[in-house]
Amino acid sequence: MTKTNTVVESKKQVKAVKKTAKPLRATAIIILGIIFLCCSFVASISLGAADINFDTIWDAFFNFDETVTQHQIIWELRFPRIIGAAIVGAAFSVAGALMQGMTRNPLADSGLLGLNAGAVMMLAISFSFLPGLPFVYTVLLSFFGAALGATIVYGIGSMSKNGLTPIRLVLAGAAVTALLTALSEGIALYFDVGQDMAFWYAGGVSSTRWEHLIVITPIVIIMILIAMRLAGSITILSLGEEVAVSLGERTNRTKLISAIVVVILAGLAVSVVGAVSFVGLIVPHLTRKIVGYDYRFIIPVSAVIGAMLVVVADLLARTLNAPFEIPIGALISLIGVPFFLYLARKGGQEL
Amino acid sequence: MTNFKPISSTKKKNKAVVTAIILLVLLIIIFLLSLNTGLIKIDPLTVINTFLGNGSEQDELLLLEFRLPRIVIAVLIGMGLAVSGTVLQGVVKNPLADPGIIGINAGAGLAVMIFVIYFSTELGNSVFIMPIVAFIGAGLTAVVIYVFSYKKDEGVSPIRLILVGVAVAAGISALMIVLTLRIDPESYSFVATWLAGSIWGTSWNFVLALLPWLVILIPFVYFKSRVLDVMNLGDATAVSLGMNLERERRWLLAAAVALAAASVSVSGAIGFVGLIAPHMTRRLVGETHKYVIPIAALIGAVLVLTADTLGRLILQPAEIPTGVVVAIIGAPYFLYLLAKLND
Repeated sequence: MTKTNTVVESKKQVKAVKKTAKPLRATAIIILGIIFLCCSFVASISLGAADINFDTIWDAFFNFDETVTQHQIIWELRFPRIIGAAIVGAAFSVAGALMQGMTRNPLADSGLLGLNAGAVMMLAISFSFLPGLPFVYTVLLSFFGAALGATIVYGIGSMSKNGLTPIRLVLAGAAVTALLTALSEGIALYFDVGQDMAFWYAGGVSSTRWEHLIVITPIVIIMILIAMRLAGSITILSLGEEVAVSLGERTNRTKLISAIVVVILAGLAVSVVGAVSFVGLIVPHLTRKIVGYDYRFIIPVSAVIGAMLVVVADLLARTLNAPFEIPIGALISLIGVPFFLYLARKGGQEL
Repeated sequence: MTNFKPISSTKKKNKAVVTAIILLVLLIIIFLLSLNTGLIKIDPLTVINTFLGNGSEQDELLLLEFRLPRIVIAVLIGMGLAVSGTVLQGVVKNPLADPGIIGINAGAGLAVMIFVIYFSTELGNSVFIMPIVAFIGAGLTAVVIYVFSYKKDEGVSPIRLILVGVAVAAGISALMIVLTLRIDPESYSFVATWLAGSIWGTSWNFVLALLPWLVILIPFVYFKSRVLDVMNLGDATAVSLGMNLERERRWLLAAAVALAAASVSVSGAIGFVGLIAPHMTRRLVGETHKYVIPIAALIGAVLVLTADTLGRLILQPAEIPTGVVVAIIGAPYFLYLLAKLND
């Protein structure tokens, strides 16, 4: 095959993928999703250990009165919590979509970059050696751990002559994840902090405060925007390295930037709610089913669906067994699993 | 797949034989070291004497009733998990496939957890029941996964199997998180140790329970190594070569799951072996399953036995769970292979 032929062939493939895209559906989902999110914000604010009616919510937003306890609850506890849930959901989903597109592996998610395992290990260390550390520092340490895990994976993955192939990335990720998980299991067993860690994770987004959101929200939004800029290249990359190269894509650059975006998004999300990796795995699958295989649509739609999923899960986690909370990670899996099973049964080969 | 480099088959065979010999020697050395290792040290001469029937009663009890069965079990588990992983990766054609990712470990873990919470007040007694409980959990999970990934006119597609497996694993882990928050700290630490992967059954009974599975299934899989090679070439090629793809897959998957379930039931969740042993092997001897399967089995055996020995040695008298040690020694070596060798 001559070179021009390959290029023609590759262009055909890209066209075929773009044909699967359903921009109308994507737009509809984004708009409906945002409306749904707004509604569930209100529902979420009003439901909880203390029920709050709609008028009070309205007042809290437009006539805030410091002396009213309910206004305090809304502003200081519930509202930041919901925003936190939405941000975390969007971040995990976009990170998962990028990972799956970049590695061309439907099983890939941000956990594979060693992020979750790194964060958990730092958590184990901070629980064992620095008990009683304030929440903000614990989050920071977790994020540092996530970044460390990713750096090791990425570094080892790109050490060989061939550079970073998807398979190498995935394998290095799996190995580093196993290593870090083993270390944290060892530490947790030795210092007997395993159950404390489980409780920490079970807290989910409940301890999100404005101070964190002010830092996290803009970063997540910027990263999602960068992901959307990269989407075209990711679509081409998801067709395979050869296709991408023959179309003149700078694949290494795309992969590096995507990896950085994934680390920041998933690292922040993990450090806030713990390893709720299922969101990053399931949401991109679902999205592809709905809007096709063009990442220009997959990424924004994933963000919206992910946000919806986590907000609803958080609402259920608070209300199903009130005043106790169900761990949000567990709840997301329990909602997600039947759905995912249905998807797996319905569709054939994909990605 | 990879770019084809024609290597003569004798060269490949030689390489495989050399690798096998090195691994066997390694296994024997670790076996001997492992016999000597423990809270009570026994020097090699006494070991030999005891085997010849001239040892003291105490040595005999320690060696023949405690250490030897444990070593044999470690070797068997390593083989079982490694072969299971090899088959899964071959059939599913996904390098991430292993008994852990499709939920077999999680199922066994959940069964153990439920058992500890609801039935066992006296943890000491449960040591003997635990493998049975775990096997039931693993087996049930396998059935659930199979039922969900089976479709009437298509049979079981590998990608569906693995996606279903991941989903089931996630669901089970979620249940375990919920349970974790409810159980008392003592039971929790028991379950956590189990999940980290510790070799439980240390008596000949467990060897006898485990052995038939391996003796039947590993040769069966080996016998199918050509089938696995053909599967590697892609579905279309396999069908055009006259293979009944669906039937072969079903048998191989069943064998892989049974191997994993049997191993996990005595070993706890030592997940990593099934993932890396096949990869290590392929990087050492290539893709031909005729060589990959036996060598993966040997690598698995060496890995688990080394890990178990080190786990008993490092923090005496406490033990580090074998699964933890497997990952700590296995991962760096695997990463080294990954960085050094080409795809």
